[in-house]
Amino acid sequence: MKEKLILVGNGMAGVRTLEELLKIAPDMYDITVFGAEPYGNYNRIMLSPVLAGEKTIDDIMLNDEQWYSDNGIALYKGKAVTEIDRLNKKVIAADGTTADYDRLLLATGSNPFMIPVPGKDKDGVIAFRDINDVDTMLQASKDYKKAVVIGGGLLGLEAANGLMKQGMDVTVVHLLDALMERQLDKPASALLKASLEGRGMNFMMEAATAEIIGNGRVQGVRFKDGSEVEADLVVMGVGIVPNAELAKSAGLHCERGIVVNDVMQTFDPAIYAVGECAQHRGIAYGLVAPLFEQGKVAANQLAKLGYAHYRGSITSTKLKVTGIDLFSAGEFHEAEGDEVMVLQDPASGTYKKLVINDNRIKGAVMYGDTIDGTWYFQLMREGTSIADFRKTILFGQHDLGDAGHGDETRVMSLSNDAEICGCNGVCKGDIVNAISRHGLFTLEDVRAHTKASSSCGSCTGLVEALLASTVGEGYDASPNKQAMCKCTEYSHDEVIAAIKTHELKSMPAVREFLEWKTPDGCAACRPALNYYLLARWPEEYADDAQSRFINERAHGNIQKDGTYSVVPRMFGGLVKPDELRAIADVCDKYAVPEMKVTGGQRIDLFGVHKEDLPSMWKDLTDAGFVSGHAYGKAMRTVKTCAGKTWCRFGTQNSTGLGVQLEELTWGSWMPHKFKLAVSGCPRNCAEATIKDFGVVCVDSGYELHIGGNGGIKVRVTDLLTKVDTEEEVLEYCGAFTQMYREEAHYLERTAPWVERVGLTSIRERLLNDATQRKELYERFKIGQRVSQVDPWKARAEGAERHEFTPLKIAG
Amino acid sequence: MTNWTEIAKLEDIPRLGSRVLQTDTMNIALFRTASDEVFAIKDACPHKGGPLSQGIVHGTSVTCPLHNWKVDLASGEALGPDEGCTSTFATRVENGMVYLALSESEAAA
Repeated sequence: MKEKLILVGNGMAGVRTLEELLKIAPDMYDITVFGAEPYGNYNRIMLSPVLAGEKTIDDIMLNDEQWYSDNGIALYKGKAVTEIDRLNKKVIAADGTTADYDRLLLATGSNPFMIPVPGKDKDGVIAFRDINDVDTMLQASKDYKKAVVIGGGLLGLEAANGLMKQGMDVTVVHLLDALMERQLDKPASALLKASLEGRGMNFMMEAATAEIIGNGRVQGVRFKDGSEVEADLVVMGVGIVPNAELAKSAGLHCERGIVVNDVMQTFDPAIYAVGECAQHRGIAYGLVAPLFEQGKVAANQLAKLGYAHYRGSITSTKLKVTGIDLFSAGEFHEAEGDEVMVLQDPASGTYKKLVINDNRIKGAVMYGDTIDGTWYFQLMREGTSIADFRKTILFGQHDLGDAGHGDETRVMSLSNDAEICGCNGVCKGDIVNAISRHGLFTLEDVRAHTKASSSCGSCTGLVEALLASTVGEGYDASPNKQAMCKCTEYSHDEVIAAIKTHELKSMPAVREFLEWKTPDGCAACRPALNYYLLARWPEEYADDAQSRFINERAHGNIQKDGTYSVVPRMFGGLVKPDELRAIADVCDKYAVPEMKVTGGQRIDLFGVHKEDLPSMWKDLTDAGFVSGHAYGKAMRTVKTCAGKTWCRFGTQNSTGLGVQLEELTWGSWMPHKFKLAVSGCPRNCAEATIKDFGVVCVDSGYELHIGGNGGIKVRVTDLLTKVDTEEEVLEYCGAFTQMYREEAHYLERTAPWVERVGLTSIRERLLNDATQRKELYERFKIGQRVSQVDPWKARAEGAERHEFTPLKIAG
Repeated sequence: MTNWTEIAKLEDIPRLGSRVLQTDTMNIALFRTASDEVFAIKDACPHKGGPLSQGIVHGTSVTCPLHNWKVDLASGEALGPDEGCTSTFATRVENGMVYLALSESEAAA
């Protein structure tokens, strides 16, 4: 017989824990849920938009009753549990309903804090906590005019904004001299206040409430200094206190909340607690993201896996008031020894402040332009050194490409029909609707449901900003450790390290050792594993064709109509008359519908049928061509300028050096595509400073540049060093390339990789450590011995024939 | 009426791979899973008609090479949250030979 699990508290934290549990152990428990509210589980943090009239209750339901019955869960809604009989392991509800448990999960949430002043129980004095409160406010806005909100924090301001939207005349009363003082510093707080005043909100600052006045129904609020303000409705939005009453009465150890350890267990080993009612390492969280992390851990423990631990959360804040972008995280009030960076533009209403210590971000406050909030937050959580980009950090990550987004940074002020994802044509309204309708909390969810940010990824910052401002603090920012894909808990770095340390030399070996959850992986992890194994064990690992994307299996670029394109390699962009003639003949012979000169100084032949590829390659290899690898996560092209052979400005033989570099690197598989260029003088006609590895020749030698990108996000290279000879250029190129091949995540270009590991670290290892540089170069050359076998020639001679030959029905 | 038509040897289809069968009316993709099950579906993704035969096979699904839709090999249905369906054909493996259930017009190819 199955064990019995009871959840007390039908809210987001508890139900999320059940969802996590059902994912990993669907049949382990008979589950019963008690909820005091008469609804299914709804998205409590979306109550603000409901109050503001931007959403309906239906929009914010997360789990309807169908979900409970589909999962075989008994739901007792509207039944508050009043007693836990720990001796007999049963819970008893107010109406006398009882149920037995083997394990009990408490997720009783929190109660609003009602200021203990005379008159707080009068009609028309409410909190802002649940659907019932929202209904009361919506009704009041129809019958009455004047509202007072006590509390100028997150909760109070969202309530005030909603009531104002419903047509009420709203005054916010705040005890201190600055709004949201726990989330904002003074300058940001002042900007916020000015903006809200501009919308018609009134404020009474430094006002201590003494009494709620009125006969029966509230008529006003009196302050300690004797002054009064009229009110038909008073909303207490000063904060929440963990609801630990039930646990306390059952004799469980409680302080502010129910005390739990790192596996979310209370002092009774059969009882767990998650969410706002739980107190972990002294902290009771009132935000949603930590609750989800806790839910994952509790589910892991309930499923008796026992390896997940919760170690606390660093949280960030957003205000869900449409049109106001603010963000804060960490310790944004500087302490002694901290450094502060500020960017302030009062005219445009922009303010950014970072608190830095030892080149690490400790805290951030932003107002107006918050697009980089998620980036700063990530740098902060990961403790990344900002030494390499201190000078520009306040201007943001510039992750938004120049292409297709304009310079829009204020996502909340965009209209609903503004296009966010230029690849898939997804508008702001589509994304916001999907987030609220499907209860999405992560970037992955938004990608799956809307396709936004799922192609080139350049709008990721915008989508994250929308996610953060739509669900507010519930936004589940990218976790500290990003799993490689859904098949594993391990990150790219951990997989790369395991392959090396434990000498894993086949894909089944990796999946077994790292306890993959799927028997043969997925379309995301298989190509990655195949690459990592190939890069680490070039001489031993047998390449797995079925784990390569079709382009690398068919050695051509698949086009939208299912035909392929063919790009012969032209070393350094040089070409001879015979070669051009051969290309022309091939195009005639196979009726190639279109030819194009590419940006990488090659010729692209479009519209080739797959069956024709091997014989076309035979003609091309007979003319001396090899594959151009224009289809692969591989070394693509070396672009060159004329150089000193012809150009009157040329300082070195750039074409000759380009040919040498291409002869060194062609055929090499990479984490992503990899482009080189050699310019013969600083005029840089080959555009070497937006390449993965670029050489700019000068009279006295060669400047080596790394980590450039001319695509989605234009990034100018960093100068690695300057060398004197062509031999050194080749050695540094091979060593840098090998470092990238061994360390970067699959599908990570050099530009983000250089930013992630830091230019300083790359420089130290390549410049200061000649032994390491030479070893890297040596390993690169070993790999090249295996990979410089022309795949076209092999297939022209019959390899992999089945790939190119369709089946026919005999007869 | 349905004809069981002999198509290929099982070993002609690579494990976790596919072959394309050309008929008069359409291309049919034959997939072979890690456990040697064989599935046949119309070689057109329900999204934008991409050639599913060129995708990466994992478990009993395939990921379309054009826009990464995941399609279930048994039902031809796009896997959530995407929605759409492509037609499927019954298959049978006997003595190392793969047979496909085709209507008479398709078998006449």
